[in-house]
Amino acid sequence: MLSYIGKRLFQLIPVLLGMTFVVFMMIRAIPGNPAQVILGQQATPEAVAALNAKLGLDQPWFIQFFSYLKGIFTGNLGESMRTRLPVADEIWPYLAATLELALFAMIVAVIIGINAGIISAWFQNSWFDYTAMILALVGVSMPIFWLGLLGQWAFAIELQWLPTTGREQVRDPVNAITHLYLIDAMLNGRFDQIWVVFKHLILPGLALATIPMAIIARMTRSSMLEVMRSDYIRTARAKGQKMFWVVYKHALKNAIIPVLTIVGLQMGMLLGGAILTETIFAWPGIGRYIYDAINYRDYPVIQSGILVVAFFFVMINLVVDLLYGVIDPRIKYD
Amino acid sequence: MRKGKLWSLALIMLLVLSTALAACGDDGKKEGASNSGDSGKSGGKEKTLVFGRGGDSTSLDPSRVTEGETFKVTVNLFETLVNFGEEDTTIHPGLAKEWETSDDGLTYTFHLQEGVKFHDGSDFNADAVVANFARWAGGDAEMFPYYSSMFGGFNGDEEAVIESVTAEDENTVVFKLKRAQAPFLKNLAMSMFAISSPEAFAKGDDDYERNPVGTGPFKFVEWKPNDSITIEKNEDYWQEGLPKLDKVVFRSIPDNAARLNALTIGEIDLADGINPSDGEKIENDSNLQLFERPSMNVGYLGLTVTRPPFDKKEVRQAMNYAIDKQTIIDSFFEGRAEMAKNPMPSSISGYNDDIEEYEYNPEKAKELLKEAGLPDGFEMELWAMPVPRPYMPDGTKVAEVIQKNLADVGIKAKIVSYEWATYLDKASKGEADAFMLGWTGDNGDADNFLYVLLDEDNIGSNNYTYFKNEETHKLFLEAQTEVDEDKRNELYEKAQEILHDEAPWVPLAHSTPLLGGAADLTGFVPHPTGSDLLSNVDFK
Repeated sequence: MLSYIGKRLFQLIPVLLGMTFVVFMMIRAIPGNPAQVILGQQATPEAVAALNAKLGLDQPWFIQFFSYLKGIFTGNLGESMRTRLPVADEIWPYLAATLELALFAMIVAVIIGINAGIISAWFQNSWFDYTAMILALVGVSMPIFWLGLLGQWAFAIELQWLPTTGREQVRDPVNAITHLYLIDAMLNGRFDQIWVVFKHLILPGLALATIPMAIIARMTRSSMLEVMRSDYIRTARAKGQKMFWVVYKHALKNAIIPVLTIVGLQMGMLLGGAILTETIFAWPGIGRYIYDAINYRDYPVIQSGILVVAFFFVMINLVVDLLYGVIDPRIKYD
Repeated sequence: MRKGKLWSLALIMLLVLSTALAACGDDGKKEGASNSGDSGKSGGKEKTLVFGRGGDSTSLDPSRVTEGETFKVTVNLFETLVNFGEEDTTIHPGLAKEWETSDDGLTYTFHLQEGVKFHDGSDFNADAVVANFARWAGGDAEMFPYYSSMFGGFNGDEEAVIESVTAEDENTVVFKLKRAQAPFLKNLAMSMFAISSPEAFAKGDDDYERNPVGTGPFKFVEWKPNDSITIEKNEDYWQEGLPKLDKVVFRSIPDNAARLNALTIGEIDLADGINPSDGEKIENDSNLQLFERPSMNVGYLGLTVTRPPFDKKEVRQAMNYAIDKQTIIDSFFEGRAEMAKNPMPSSISGYNDDIEEYEYNPEKAKELLKEAGLPDGFEMELWAMPVPRPYMPDGTKVAEVIQKNLADVGIKAKIVSYEWATYLDKASKGEADAFMLGWTGDNGDADNFLYVLLDEDNIGSNNYTYFKNEETHKLFLEAQTEVDEDKRNELYEKAQEILHDEAPWVPLAHSTPLLGGAADLTGFVPHPTGSDLLSNVDFK
């Protein structure tokens, strides 16, 4: 097991290196010059050239690339050209905001998605099955910005149950410690704030959960249908075991493995791909951080931001792979 | 049997869901009620204004950036030697209560307000002013990008305008200039030249960007990046009775529709970047009020004069006759814009109102094309702005109208667009045939529009059309040092005549950007520069 983890971690190095290289080349291939953006429209060409030299952007690309790599191996993610802060210092609040939202969305997606999939498979071709699968189809095809604005209109403006945007009530801000506000509110002993923070999570969380929820439901359903036809299920039922236990205990255990893979992949997507949700709900997350950096041509932030997201992506998938073995003892890692 | 089970399962789920939602709703209302109490609208408690805007600030040291979101905050933290008027760019006393100018325009003597203190408790005085200017003059374009563009350059630069800044006594500062600069006072009033506490910035320039210390009506409290910036009342502010609010929170809400939603339910009290199409909705809502920011911008279609056939004056004039500006303004600015005939808005002194605009006249356009030897028109690329800006709320749709107008006179335009930074980069290299762009003025001076946007000195930066004209160049340079206001205006009027005839642009509109606010908000006056001083703002 340990040697497997070691091997997998070792394999990460070429993956992340390759990704860093691709991102590095891509952002340099797009037109636009960071120095020009920093200095503004009024800058003289001389000033732009001077700043380019200062930022090392006048060097050949491979020198720039290796000096960036050298930085990474010494734990230095570079310095934002725009804010002049080290990326390693400023990235955590953004990452924490996205983690909190993505985790919440994933928990919702997993609970609803898996149950909807199970019940659809259990009562195949029933009205529930049809309704759930049509909803799932709508869910995967729904544009998030539309769903988000619709949610704001319905639950914030018309019903006034939930806030429209943001992470907190700004008139009574959360004192940030870990930047995961649910935890911060607890650490500060502000239990009233926990509820407020939780309410801010609901609308963006649901908007973000829609697509993974639909995918998980469909995956669970097809996987369950397959398992439900197998012999051991027939045996379990023949023994007279209650249907509920047959489904949730025996069938689910075998059906969950492919679902788990999807959950891992979707979680990775949520981390980097929540830009639309973060924009509509003014969520100060890492998606917007990187997106803004692209607009500013803030090369170190783009590179290191994507690197961090990619790192989380592969780590989550490693954890998922390890979970296979926990759920199914037949899967062994050597 | 199976069916019965499904029903009971569905029933249980419904029950759970409705309980959860009911709990939600109940508390939501309670919070809603306490919200209005918190905002202090009912009086008694702390008065907090939440100002929703499109983006976050880059820095809180205004001298180090060129980007407007920073100035929206810093104008409330810092003060300048002289101030702009409440809703225009005339010059009024600020940290300097009075000043004298020598006849040759080379010496300015400022008498400072007495007894003013920075937020850190240190004294504001002549030495502080000297220290601020010494800091800027000793920097470079990366450190202080606006300083060189407004004052010609840094220490040792040939072109630098300021020769010396000295403290004559505790409260008197003398500026000596190398050459007269007509908009000198207007430049001093710009947010980026606000006076900081020398003790605070001495601790390090980079650190200072996140720990600003000024003399303004509000003090910095907290910055949550991409989320909110909080400032609070400066209890020791030197102007009696100000500010009226206890706290201001600037919230970044990037999406215009979401920002309007937040305003509608009172999560924020003030919102900028309101779409023109939402203006009426706000006017009809009794809980809200609409503000119009006085126009200090221009939206235009630039014609790159180095690219044939736009090297021919007749073709450029034909473009001016071919485009129906009124339809564009009615449809996409909802009428909330002034039709443009010059490259700067009419509120700026030196504006030439005698210029007769090119009316919408497709026949005339066709004639001119024939004169230019293009009776059958030509093919071109029309660049549409990919992002909404106050001077151009919907680039793509405006481009479609222009495309249709051009097709009517036989010009086939293909609409192209790029991501914004790419768009600017390519346009500044002269790669566009015709491109949509605009400009919001910095200090309300004609030089800041005409020279910056259309002089040969600015080719490669802000003169995207590559327009070059010896006569206007001479006029612009002369106007820069002409201290006599009337003579100066004459020079600009003359230049506008030439620009009108040469037609490097199709000027489209001067828009009045919209803001929405809570109905009980008082004392808010939007400023044409886009940075609003909030010291007089209060709740009824």
